[in-house]
Amino acid sequence: MKIIVCAKQVPDTTEIRINPETGTLIRDGVPSILNPDDSNALEEALRIKDEYPDTHVTVISMGPPQAKEMLMECMAKGADECILISDRAVGGSDTWATSNAIAAAVRKVGAFDLIFAGRQAIDGDTAQVGPQIAEKLGLPQVTYVKEMELVDCEKAVMVKRALEDGYQEIKVELPCMLTAIKDLNKPRYMSVKGIFKACQPDAPIRTWSAADIEVDLGTVGLKASPTNVYKSFTPKPKDPGVFVEGETPSEQVENLLSELKKKHIV
Amino acid sequence: MDQMKFSDYKDIWVFAEQRNGVLANVATELLSEGYRLSREMDSNTKVCAVIVGSDVSGLAKDCFAYGADSVILIEHPLLETYTTDAYTKVICDAIGQYKPEIVLYGATYIGRDLAPRIAARLDVGLTADCTHLDVKVASYIRYAQENTTLDTSSLDPADPDTSLLMTRPAFGGNLMATIISRNTRPQMSTVRPGVMSRIDARENASGEVIRIEPALAESDIRTQVLKAVKAAKELVNLSDADIIVSGGRGLHSPEGFRLIKDLADKVGGVVGASRAAVDAGWIDPSHQVGQTGTTVKPQIYIACGISGAIQHLAGMQNSKIIIAVNKDPEAPMMTLADYAIVGDLYKVIPEMIAQW
Ligand SMILES: Cc1cc2nc3c(=O)[nH]c(=O)nc-3n(C[C@H](O)[C@H](O)[C@H](O)COP(=O)(O)OP(=O)(O)OC[C@H]3O[C@@H](n4cnc5c(N)ncnc54)[C@H](O)[C@@H]3O)c2cc1C
Ligand SMILES: Nc1ncnc2c1ncn2[C@@H]1O[C@H](COP(=O)(O)O)[C@@H](O)[C@H]1O
Repeated sequence: MKIIVCAKQVPDTTEIRINPETGTLIRDGVPSILNPDDSNALEEALRIKDEYPDTHVTVISMGPPQAKEMLMECMAKGADECILISDRAVGGSDTWATSNAIAAAVRKVGAFDLIFAGRQAIDGDTAQVGPQIAEKLGLPQVTYVKEMELVDCEKAVMVKRALEDGYQEIKVELPCMLTAIKDLNKPRYMSVKGIFKACQPDAPIRTWSAADIEVDLGTVGLKASPTNVYKSFTPKPKDPGVFVEGETPSEQVENLLSELKKKHIV
Repeated sequence: MDQMKFSDYKDIWVFAEQRNGVLANVATELLSEGYRLSREMDSNTKVCAVIVGSDVSGLAKDCFAYGADSVILIEHPLLETYTTDAYTKVICDAIGQYKPEIVLYGATYIGRDLAPRIAARLDVGLTADCTHLDVKVASYIRYAQENTTLDTSSLDPADPDTSLLMTRPAFGGNLMATIISRNTRPQMSTVRPGVMSRIDARENASGEVIRIEPALAESDIRTQVLKAVKAAKELVNLSDADIIVSGGRGLHSPEGFRLIKDLADKVGGVVGASRAAVDAGWIDPSHQVGQTGTTVKPQIYIACGISGAIQHLAGMQNSKIIIAVNKDPEAPMMTLADYAIVGDLYKVIPEMIAQW
């Protein structure tokens, strides 16, 4: 079985700070990580490989050259092959353009049975790239997958797709696109053997240019993207509140309530 | 992309999401928002609710009440349950036929499955999970000055452009970005549930209902929905709550939520939680407030033992009054709060229950 996983390197948003003077992101020193949902996507592919050892897992990522570090982590966890689409021509792509580039790379990789993406990447939180790759490749999709199982002699999958208030059980034939949420599994750690393999100079981690994936340059990059940033800014800090006075909890609550009543809030 | 003739595209469409014949809350929120935007554009711009399903014509009335000027009704037995393939096909066909200028979807688990697929098929832009929309630069300037740190001096309030300005949080709410799709039509976005306010229901409102007979065959649908399971638990209605009492890791144990519940019952509120409390298994995920939980804007939000990580704040910072109880006066939630009580929640909350 051949599986493709789409994975993105993202800044760890829990570590992100804003420069109060310029209102811009401070990226220096912010660690980059494998996007959380994508690590669930990779884990599911590796689980299938655990069960069907002749499975081949290819991770595809698009991003700057340093995303190679994340791909090494994917390999150290057990991926067989990693591909980084890295080219100035694809820089600044929005989700539509990103999906064009990744779909082109997938076509270049050739036939496969399953393609996984994460539900969403934590830098942009769009959750659009997975479905858009599926559309560009003409594949059926199931998003928000929280459980999956291969059925019909590995010709189809049964999945549980989360909804706000429950789930649907869906059957779909391969090949198809599934997007993973964190309930799907618990990602494994890198193995010592895996780290060793990923660190070899001839480790199968390749970088592909726009020319390599034979993508139409009119469909990738900042200029071709149908959405553009008009303005970006930080929310205004709220007016400062007050610390409620009082020597004891009882006094504090008394003061709070008299304040709320005075302001007609309660 | 083919050169589109923009003048051919008119009206604002709202995907009026329904499940089991019940309209999603976000559908009426978006119709109201569409109504507001359309009246700012020009007198020819109308709001149209797109209802997709099987035997769902009864929902038109609610759509009219909350702002729709007309309804497009796409009914077919194969549309009874949501499937990506069927819904994408019938909506893309309808967009191709009627050419709306703007299409809005709720950023629900269904909206976020459907909208990107449609955008990819039509080769148009899509902005995810918006929290604010404008069509007039003057309105945008007003919004920005009131709520953001953006320098608006380069913007012209008399700018006649009515492109959709779609504002959304990024990087977990640390940054906001306004996105524009100047060169493609329709302009599309998904909008976060719970943020747009509903207009007062217009009793007896009505309008034109356009029925579309969709060209749909079983072979168009490649996923087979075998069953839909509703979570057995009671639905937590955080989005509509006036008062929310939330607990976090500072509770230290699941029993803490009993105290939170007692306070919520006393003040007539609903129980919320931070992700840390949910991840610890102390309370069901349906109570989670924040970026990956529910977005709320109650009259009063009482945060007990919640530090105020940016992802939590992203979901509740628009609450009218925030009360925080925390041992640590330096916690970000205490800075955000209108009223901050420094103390042990196990001492403070019982007092609140007694005195409220
Ligand atoms: C991609 C992503 C998405 C996320 N989405 C969400 C989300 O939607 N919602 C969300 O909530 N979080 C979310 N998080 C997690 C978030 O970053 C924080 O980890 C979480 O909100 C912390 O929860 P907490 O405030 O309860 O815990 P902590 O940060 O541990 O805070 C506990 C607080 O309790 C106080 N305390 C302790 N004991 C007492 C006592 N006896 N009395 C009074 N106060 C006490 C402490 O001083 C402290 O301030 C997300 C994170 C990521 C990476
Ligand atoms: N640059 C990228 N490289 C590889 N995969 C990506 C990239 N961007 C998005 N994806 C995939 O698409 C999913 C959704 O991303 P997003 O639409 O940005 O929230 C991610 O979880 C990844 O699986």
